[in-house]
Amino acid sequence: MPEVVMRKKLTCVEEIFHEGGPVAGKPLRRAAAIAVIRNPFAGAYVEDIEGFMDDLKPLGLEMARTLVAALGGDPKVVEGYGKGAIVGSAGELEHGALWHVPGGYAMREVLGGAKAIVASTKKVGGPGTRLDVPITHINASYVRSHFDAMEVGVNDAPRADEILLALVMTTGARVHARVGGLRAAEIKGEDGLR
Amino acid sequence: MKAKIRKIATFVEETRREMDREISPPTRRAAAVAVIENPCAGKYVEDLSELMAIGEELGELLTVRAVAALGIPGPSAESYGKAAAVGENGELEHAAAILHPKLGTPVRRVLGKGAALIPSSKKRGGMGVVLDIPLGHKDAAFVRSHFDGMEVRLNDAPRANEIMVAIAVTDSGRPLARVGGLTKDQIKGEDGLR
Repeated sequence: MPEVVMRKKLTCVEEIFHEGGPVAGKPLRRAAAIAVIRNPFAGAYVEDIEGFMDDLKPLGLEMARTLVAALGGDPKVVEGYGKGAIVGSAGELEHGALWHVPGGYAMREVLGGAKAIVASTKKVGGPGTRLDVPITHINASYVRSHFDAMEVGVNDAPRADEILLALVMTTGARVHARVGGLRAAEIKGEDGLR
Repeated sequence: MKAKIRKIATFVEETRREMDREISPPTRRAAAVAVIENPCAGKYVEDLSELMAIGEELGELLTVRAVAALGIPGPSAESYGKAAAVGENGELEHAAAILHPKLGTPVRRVLGKGAALIPSSKKRGGMGVVLDIPLGHKDAAFVRSHFDGMEVRLNDAPRANEIMVAIAVTDSGRPLARVGGLTKDQIKGEDGLR
């Protein structure tokens, strides 16, 4: 399979102190790691693309480690995660789906065995397209306080023959979470759901 | 702290390839953005000294964040820029009060020198407005390879009564600079221009 050729990467960290309510004792932090790579399948229909998932694994690990470092270096502070992809106009949505396995398993590996499925989204778009990457709790998808999203994008990407890949991690609940539901303290942690 | 900060975001961009050529070492830019309450929103305030004091505070805070995000000592920074976006209940002059009278001194203190004018831009806008932060070499404004800009954007800022304040710092010029002019090794660094 083709090599992974990266044009640029972007790391974003948000630190949220309040959103009109009481100032949080510990601010919520969200981080996104974005890589803009060449789409080796752009411009034509290619039937066999699956092998590229293996090629993306080292990049997934690099991006997951970048996120942990951006959040202070301790994987234990990470409570939420998500992933996404934007495929440039000469590619197809299915190319974005190649990111599911290498992106998701890289984060699980770096976080030491998170149980929940990694929430994800993808689309085809031009340079500057924004993507709302969904976020859920790393061990139990139903934890309501951790349902969140982070908007990502790069003004000059993806070009037609590129794919923008994103991983996102957060350190906690929404800053003023108060709509009930399963709480992080109640997680059983067996099935990745509750 | 005088500024009421709702959130802080940092962005680090690293360009490794451009037009399929390797950029070695990669060019890197960082921006730190604070979203603060606008104490003068919704009314005409003649004396803007409160915003000037906030500018001084943010000059230090955001520059420290930006160089930390690049992982370099302040004096290793090569170019810089600043920008602000005022929410719809504020006026452009509020951005001017933050950016121009007092913000520069702490920026230069963190970066060691900074003989050149800090290029700036400002606007009023709604949430998700794009800020293009102009960039120029910190010691000699005429260094052509370092004329640049960095786009930043936060989907949820500025709210009507907020101001978004940004400082960008780089450790390099444009990726494939080749349009001549003064080069950085020709800097005299006395007048801030050449």
